[in-house]
Amino acid sequence: MVRLKDIPVLDAQHLREKECPIFDNEPFISGPALEDRRVAIITTAGLHRREDKNFFLKDTGYRVIPKDIDLNDIVMTHTSVNYDRTGFQQDINVVFPLDRLRELENRGKIGSIGKFHYSLMGAGWLPHEIEPTCDELAGLLREDNVNAVLLVPV
Amino acid sequence: MGHYIEEKGLATAGISLVRENTERIRPPRALWVPFELGRPFGAPNEPEFQTKVLLSLISLLERTDGPVILEDFDEDPPGGHSFEQAGVFCPVGFPKPPVESNTGALREIFAEIDLMQPWYNLSFDKRGRTTFGLSGLDIKEAVEFLSGFIEGNPKNPREDMTLGEFFRFTCEDVKMWYLEAATAKSDIQNSRSAADWFWGETNAGKLLLALHPKCVKHADEGVMHVGKTQLIPRSQEHLLND
Repeated sequence: MVRLKDIPVLDAQHLREKECPIFDNEPFISGPALEDRRVAIITTAGLHRREDKNFFLKDTGYRVIPKDIDLNDIVMTHTSVNYDRTGFQQDINVVFPLDRLRELENRGKIGSIGKFHYSLMGAGWLPHEIEPTCDELAGLLREDNVNAVLLVPV
Repeated sequence: MGHYIEEKGLATAGISLVRENTERIRPPRALWVPFELGRPFGAPNEPEFQTKVLLSLISLLERTDGPVILEDFDEDPPGGHSFEQAGVFCPVGFPKPPVESNTGALREIFAEIDLMQPWYNLSFDKRGRTTFGLSGLDIKEAVEFLSGFIEGNPKNPREDMTLGEFFRFTCEDVKMWYLEAATAKSDIQNSRSAADWFWGETNAGKLLLALHPKCVKHADEGVMHVGKTQLIPRSQEHLLND
């Protein structure tokens, strides 16, 4: 898959029809060098700990993934069936690269990893419907002194 | 999401899987990657490559030429894109196609599961994890529950979710179990082949296809919705006409 013109017609049509909001402003926050950044991941892959509640259609909630989680404990309950899940089955890091982030922290490439990371389920809701969740997550991330957020779709 | 979170004072950098949509939304920082949906960091079990993608992503945070940055990561994953690779991988041969009756079909699927069970166990030992278990049923219970939709209306055994939701998780469980078993010997190299194998060559896949006409007209709205949009991937819809 390279661009929309390169993927099957029905899949491309579906993706083209996704609502893409137009915003009035374009916020852009500067910050320290990477070595001083505290980084957290927000994924929309519908991941969560096995004991957490499964995601449901149009679920705008989030699940918490602690930084020291055993990645073997993570499952995926995203509602879409139109993407490959075999990559995730073989290696969680292809979807949620927490091990890679841990390695960058150990190498001093980034300052630190946030204590908590977050997972949403990226299907079934319109863009504006996720704003309240984003507001809440921003507050939680700031409490944890995170100053860099990596947004990872699936 | 990048816009909303950046507006709250936090710098963001996001992976873009569909460049055209990212161009329209104009988030603060985005790294477009040429990978298939489901693989935002390129390829499983390729830590060096994943790190390369991750470093490209976080390096956007050092850029000062905002407020909208869209960078391309142009490198293909090791071995090429998984959907382009050749290869069939299932370690076992299966019994003949299902018979007409529901009972006969169930028996065939159970036989299929018995053949694959050692491979599923091996997969679990090898990886230390499983993605199976969303429904709380074991694999044969899951198949039996789904089979009930062919000729009846199974009751929801869970109080904490709707019938539609339980139906979806059970379907996902069956797919996940089969794919984990099939890849015990070696990791999947071709994601399209994996899907084609499950839907086209397994009795479990054929069961899920047979559920489609039943579910899209089901009395339960949740089951009907799953049947219409969350049961058969678009890439396999052609099998519904076979």
